[in-house]
Amino acid sequence: MSSIAHDDHHDHKPTGLKRWFFSTNHKDIGTLYLIFALTMFFVGGSMAMIIRAELFQPGLQFVDPQFYNSMVTVHALIMIFGAVMPAGVGLANWMIPLMIGAPDMALPRMNNMSFWILPFAFALLLSTLFMEGGGPAGGWTMYPPLVLQTGNAFPFLIFAIHFLGVSSIMGAINIIATVFNMRAPGMTLMKMPLFVWTWVITSFLLIAALPVLAGGVTMLLTDKYFGTSFFDAAGGGDPVLFQHIFWFFGHPEVYILALPAFGIVSQVIPAFARKPLFGYASMVYATASIAILSFFVWAHHMFTVGLPIKGELFFMYATMLIAVPTGVKVFNWVATMWKGAMTFETPMLFSIAFVILFTIGGFSGLMLGITPVDFQYHDTYFVVAHFHYVLLTGAVFALMSAVYYWLPKWTGYMYDERLGKIHFWLSLISSNVLFFPQHFLGLAGMPRRIPDYNIQFADFNAISSVGGFAYGLTQLLFVYIVIKCALGGKKAKPRVWEGAKGLEWIVPSPAPFHTFETPPKITKEMLDY
Amino acid sequence: MKSSFHKIILALLLTPLTALADWGLNMTQGVTPISKEIYSMHMTSLWVVTVIGIVVFSIMFWSIFHHRKSKGVKPAQFSHSTTVEIIWTIIPLAIIIALAIPATKLLIKMDDTSEAKITVKATGIQWKWKYDYLDEDLTIYSVLDDNSAEVSQRNSGIDPMQSENYLRDVDEAIVLPINTKIRILTTAADVIHAWWVPDLGWKRDAIPGFINDNWAIIEKVGVYRGQCAEICGAGHGYMPIVVKAVTMDDYTAWVSEKKIEQEAKRNTKDMVLTMAELMTKGEGVYKAQCIACHQATGEGIKGVFPSIAGSSVAIESDNRLRHVQQIIYGKGLMPAFGEQLSDVDIASVVTFTRNSWGNNTGDIVQAKEVSEARSKPNVITAGDSKKEKIAKGKTDEIAQAR
Repeated sequence: MSSIAHDDHHDHKPTGLKRWFFSTNHKDIGTLYLIFALTMFFVGGSMAMIIRAELFQPGLQFVDPQFYNSMVTVHALIMIFGAVMPAGVGLANWMIPLMIGAPDMALPRMNNMSFWILPFAFALLLSTLFMEGGGPAGGWTMYPPLVLQTGNAFPFLIFAIHFLGVSSIMGAINIIATVFNMRAPGMTLMKMPLFVWTWVITSFLLIAALPVLAGGVTMLLTDKYFGTSFFDAAGGGDPVLFQHIFWFFGHPEVYILALPAFGIVSQVIPAFARKPLFGYASMVYATASIAILSFFVWAHHMFTVGLPIKGELFFMYATMLIAVPTGVKVFNWVATMWKGAMTFETPMLFSIAFVILFTIGGFSGLMLGITPVDFQYHDTYFVVAHFHYVLLTGAVFALMSAVYYWLPKWTGYMYDERLGKIHFWLSLISSNVLFFPQHFLGLAGMPRRIPDYNIQFADFNAISSVGGFAYGLTQLLFVYIVIKCALGGKKAKPRVWEGAKGLEWIVPSPAPFHTFETPPKITKEMLDY
Repeated sequence: MKSSFHKIILALLLTPLTALADWGLNMTQGVTPISKEIYSMHMTSLWVVTVIGIVVFSIMFWSIFHHRKSKGVKPAQFSHSTTVEIIWTIIPLAIIIALAIPATKLLIKMDDTSEAKITVKATGIQWKWKYDYLDEDLTIYSVLDDNSAEVSQRNSGIDPMQSENYLRDVDEAIVLPINTKIRILTTAADVIHAWWVPDLGWKRDAIPGFINDNWAIIEKVGVYRGQCAEICGAGHGYMPIVVKAVTMDDYTAWVSEKKIEQEAKRNTKDMVLTMAELMTKGEGVYKAQCIACHQATGEGIKGVFPSIAGSSVAIESDNRLRHVQQIIYGKGLMPAFGEQLSDVDIASVVTFTRNSWGNNTGDIVQAKEVSEARSKPNVITAGDSKKEKIAKGKTDEIAQAR
């Protein structure tokens, strides 16, 4: 990707390490975010490999239960905060200014800071794995009192989360400031690409949700070290209070991961169907409704804690209601394909797989939302299968789609389409072998977060592990494809894809270091997406 | 290629519904009226989403097959229709309302714990379950069985596939009568656990400081197995739950037998055993209660669970009282065993740990010493007012229970 540095001779830019450490350029910072996210994807992924290796057969073969628990915990934190969120922010950094005709992000120095916090935050978090007593092992949900039993890793965990929160909030402020102040003339709000819309809405979710998490984990910190009893029943506190606080953050967080994915798919499908997105306005409204509803469903993660029945009914209804705007989005994507003239390059394949597999994850989500039945599903592998369908074959597939879609714009070269398709098909098959059997495991009664299990669960765990290893290996191919594309290949045209609409396609490929220093003249045809 | 993939997905979606239902692929129907209703609710929602999936994905794949550029089609340019938007908002809304109505009824039914004949309180403790039969003054502790404990040690060399109930068996199952409304309360002593037996149809969190109530009417004699469902530390995978459902007559007989056993356990302070007897008994207690944290080697896990081997508490003769009281009252992460273990149990496990893994003190601790230690001030929390207060609460509770 660094080849963008050499292409445009009119651009003056710093060179060497300074270029990256002191960067205020949205494209460079976007690149940093994306490389960081990919790195973390492999760090978190290798933890998943350890988990699947241990679960390959019953009995304890490789790791101690405590270490297993810390793998489960840190895998989740890394994938959520280190891989999927930074990848989304990286895409936002790269593409939002290009999509709305802005020269850069509104707050470039803050942009630099919000990225460079991340490596330090993850250094804090990962360093705990090498401490005596090991990393945090109470699950990424950090429920007290268990999390308070964490050893020296505890303050590192809390401060890492504080840093991640600060970074994300700065990123969100930047996106909001950019979109509301720096759109080119003629780029009205309801003409913005869906990807920009989903990121604006996601930014508001981040600003509303992350301070709540920061408050919650700070209360954990004072409970542990300063003698408070917010969550300690023996001191008059309430362990369930933390769960309310956590999930008030945690459920919007789910949509923080998912909404940018919706945005990506809403860009890719129209481009390859050669047909405008069906129901643009309803897509915007559906996204906003999902975001608002996401603040009223948090307790569906807590149906078994013993909420009063009125509360359980309220959260059941609110949860099921989210199926409606989500359904609208899926129908709109299908209607966009309908009577189009489709081709199936790698971005389109990943987006179509997203629509199907995210919907399957949505189906199990609807089932989980039915409270009485959740008393069986809760905390089993059925839940594990559910959230990996929406997050891996959902959010991650959409991110892959986005990378293939915009990679030629970033590097100036076409990626290897044949290898891209191989990467897609292998990912598709292996991820389903990995996660589909986990539905069966959960229904048959296997709880999540256990290092060892009864022999009745042996077969499906073995199948799932094979899928897991295959998926992990397949992603090495992705790295190869990206590097190969960054180094060279067939020159990419400014409009890389025949049916792609929007301002990012009127600038050359690779996009020069500085773009839209004077606002583009926007024609109606340009925005016909 | 894509449509064959579609077929595979459909086949996978449909398999649990039919022939493979007996293969442990699907949710159990269970043995209570509620668990059966939950099962049918589960099947209804599974069918609903399956049908929706077939319809939506069929349309999509039809489009993928026919509306492709390679077939020379020209793309249509329509991009909006308020009518269809309204239709596909209303239809899903109607479907979820149709699902929510029976779900609401079922939930209200599950919530009604009134008129229960028997009440059992399940307390989650790292990592075992304690059951109080509140109408009977009977308490039993349920710990992972010895066989599973041995097989589950890392690289134990024993194949788990040989034991059918691996990690799903306990030393002492709870016994409940059939065809009787039983109220099961869940709570916890240290961290949050969750009590779950799939055949009873639900799980419920066991939370320190909270008591949740639930109920079940078991309709069939049998043994029903489950396990803790909320991560509760290193031993989370090792705290199974076994419910033995028997007839009312058998239940009554079991209760009176257990009460006699319990009475005998409470009065062991005058028992005097030889060193060899204490060591054998102590090893048994150690394997059942201590091995999960302190490991078979007595060395614990560095940085998490302290080593007993070579520990000053387990070697120095000045620390005998501290050693005994640490087991009675617990310390830090270590739970209090004073209520669960009898004087002779504690005496034997103290003797065992003071004379194993190179701790060759030669000390013999008898039940009488443990009994006296119970009435002495707690030396572990001495000097720490907050801990003392909490420990006093625990002591009172233990005294009350005895």
